[in-house]
Amino acid sequence: MSLEILLFIVFSLISVISAILMITRSNAVISALYLILNFAGLAGLYLLLNAQFIAVTQVIVYAGAIMVLFLFVIMLLKPEHEKKFLEAKPKLKIFAVAIAAIIFLQLIYLLFFSKPSESLSPEMTKSIDSGTIEAIGKQLYTNYLLPFEAAGFLLLAATVGALILAKKKIE
Amino acid sequence: MTIPIEYYLALSAFMFLVGVTGVLIRRNAIVVFMSIELMLNSANLTLVAFSSYLGNSVGQIFVFFVMTVAAAEAAVGLAIIIALFRNKLTLNIDEINILKW
Repeated sequence: MSLEILLFIVFSLISVISAILMITRSNAVISALYLILNFAGLAGLYLLLNAQFIAVTQVIVYAGAIMVLFLFVIMLLKPEHEKKFLEAKPKLKIFAVAIAAIIFLQLIYLLFFSKPSESLSPEMTKSIDSGTIEAIGKQLYTNYLLPFEAAGFLLLAATVGALILAKKKIE
Repeated sequence: MTIPIEYYLALSAFMFLVGVTGVLIRRNAIVVFMSIELMLNSANLTLVAFSSYLGNSVGQIFVFFVMTVAAAEAAVGLAIIIALFRNKLTLNIDEINILKW
């Protein structure tokens, strides 16, 4: 078994288990911490896929900035613990899980039936180059300059919007 | 690249559906929001996997923009949650039903 397969198994197990734990914990703070663990596992998978820039951005932006915002709001609002899984509306919840399981099985069937890997011819060297910050920066500042500027404007608008929404109304 | 791309896609599908289940079964507004982040991330994994296997960086640029939108969405969404909490003193989405007819 090669190192790549071993690392894939480790990181995907981290992601899957922490995702499941995240939606099943009744305490919101613990859910947020498991989500951070899930993002760390995903960053490892991005590194396996030779996407170094995205892996670092995942850790800095998601696990760093966004999740700190979430934890801050959770601790500010102190949400009460939720009821156990089957205490409130058990039929609805079982139905939701069943629907999700059916869609997952459909997707898996579709994936292993159509076999997208047979039509892909991976070229290792090309793919290593495509994930560096140099390649992505070159693309961002030439072909994707307008979307990049629009993303900056979107962040500005979101900052102003968040401030206006969250501030106390002046009577 | 010894791992076939199907495994990455299957992992991504699983995480997406865990996120869907989280949105459907959880009643805490912040946890519902975190499940949405989980779904965004699983879509990112698909994009990065295809980008890497096709040797093309456009998918990763798209992931960059998805992260920007997710950051904006988190900021505005959490501000809305704070404003709602100030009015209703609850985070339970079953009790936040002022728009329900």
